[in-house]
Amino acid sequence: MMTSATQPSARHNRYWFALSGLLLLVAMIVGTMIGPAGPAWWRIPLEFLNRLPFVRIDSGVSSAEWNLVWLIRTPRVVLAAIVGSMLSVSGASYQGVFRNPLVDPYLLGVAAGAGLGATLVFAFQRGATENWIIDPLPLAAFSGALIAVLVTYVVGTAFGTTQSSTTLILAGVAVTSLATSIQAFILQRNTDVVRQVYSWILGRLSSATWGDVRLVLPYVVLSTGVLLMHRRLLDVLRVGDDEASALGTNVRRVRLVVVLAATLGTSAVVAVSGLIGFVGIIVPHAVRLLAGASYRVVLPLSVLLGAAFLVFADIPSRVLANPAETPIGVVTAFFGAPFFLYLLRTRNTAK
Amino acid sequence: MTALGFCDVRVSYDGNEAVQGFNDLLHSGEWLCLIGPNGAGKSSVLRAAAGLVQYTGSIAIDQREIPATSARWRAQHIAYVPQSPLIPHDMNVRDYVLLGRNPYVRHFSWETKHDRKVMSEVLERLDLASFAQRPLGTLSGGELQRLVIARALAQEAPVLLLDEPTSALDIGHQQQALELVDSLRREQGLTVVSAMHDLTLAGMYADRLVLMHQGARVAEGSAKEVLQPNILSEFYGVSARVHHEEDGTVVVIPQRTTTR
Repeated sequence: MMTSATQPSARHNRYWFALSGLLLLVAMIVGTMIGPAGPAWWRIPLEFLNRLPFVRIDSGVSSAEWNLVWLIRTPRVVLAAIVGSMLSVSGASYQGVFRNPLVDPYLLGVAAGAGLGATLVFAFQRGATENWIIDPLPLAAFSGALIAVLVTYVVGTAFGTTQSSTTLILAGVAVTSLATSIQAFILQRNTDVVRQVYSWILGRLSSATWGDVRLVLPYVVLSTGVLLMHRRLLDVLRVGDDEASALGTNVRRVRLVVVLAATLGTSAVVAVSGLIGFVGIIVPHAVRLLAGASYRVVLPLSVLLGAAFLVFADIPSRVLANPAETPIGVVTAFFGAPFFLYLLRTRNTAK
Repeated sequence: MTALGFCDVRVSYDGNEAVQGFNDLLHSGEWLCLIGPNGAGKSSVLRAAAGLVQYTGSIAIDQREIPATSARWRAQHIAYVPQSPLIPHDMNVRDYVLLGRNPYVRHFSWETKHDRKVMSEVLERLDLASFAQRPLGTLSGGELQRLVIARALAQEAPVLLLDEPTSALDIGHQQQALELVDSLRREQGLTVVSAMHDLTLAGMYADRLVLMHQGARVAEGSAKEVLQPNILSEFYGVSARVHHEEDGTVVVIPQRTTTR
């Protein structure tokens, strides 16, 4: 859809799109190559090529090793890409509809709702659910996140007499506090699960399976599609609710649809990966610093770079504290924050 | 021909009537200026016409009532310039003016070649073409005011609403902005409704003044008819001198009441 007729500096942007796409590809290949166990790293790309139709290369990877790469490492890389892109594009969209650069996709209660849902499952006999056909943990986290945001939206719009989004944000703060306090209460009474809940909150991709990928993919595709369709309208919202309305945009409807779409996708990825912080803020801002602030560019680039960022961040998470896992949320912040500060500094002095 | 008609337009905030039954008919190319003290309801009339506040009664363009539900149709016919527009500092001039084409772009579609052509023409017309790529944060107050008018022009709407178009500008840029609006309405037949505090400027450019007070129209007519010391003192609580220049300009000067 990004044609030259729609984008003033189209050539400049094509450059960024190509670069980001390439970066994502490199990230995914490197991501499958590195891990605490398995075949030599350079054999893996060869084996991937070998698995392509009409290509025969003797990579020397045994079928047991291939199983490890294909069933453990690859879904993890793919899930990291999906989660990273979803959190980034949701973050960018939230920042757009609320015109607030500090907003992340967890703003309206997604994190607290999902955390409460997960805590409930851990507290009520996690061990007993192992034989269940459907794992209740992602389901509970997903429902908790959605319910929290719906409550925020209903309360926020019912009390807000004006079109202002401030009431909505404040309602999100209230719902977050409420859910967090209930969660704390439950944890107080079930101190044996504190460690499990804490590890879930820090986010993890270690247990990723193709099942997880299949579980979240429909939501992520739907949500990302809806958000990308709104990228021109997010630019219109940049002049404020009043002027956007006077320019013929139904601001409330745009905000509602964008918030719902972003929430749906975020809830889905949170359900399988826990709360991975920081991605939703840092990636959109890095994109803005690199390629400009227009949402026509920020949203699609956030998809690509968010995916690449989380795939890269997941690599140290696997090997740093081998054989233990370093929580991915810790890695994103530890490597992301200095890089972001570097960007902030170089770009601001360049101007 | 009536270009813009207000029929018993009422605006209330929490039960307080800010506009109490506003009626007016403007012919095409006319410039009506709303004057009155702060809180008189001037802005509310403009905001009602721009569809930003709920109102009762009806507002019609070319004798066709504005449908309450279609923000797009309204924006194709009425362009609104707020008193202090929100300026996204990192947006560039072209993209900002292109926002004026929003009423013509379908919900999930993109600007067409025609939209870009209109944008370029407006930039040329307002001498903004040379900084098409500049971010808004680098523009001066006078340039920004021209830019906001450019965005309104890109809407190609027959009616232009200006809320305090000169309040943030120095005297030179005030003149430039108003001259610009005046020439546009003469060339393109734009119908203009503005709310203004500077009574001398209001009287100089507008065809007709309407003085509002507590939501009601209390006086209307030419500058000569409305800008009279006793009227101003009654509704603004000001003691002012009014000079009549030879060319017809009415100059309002507030008077110092303490002794020098």
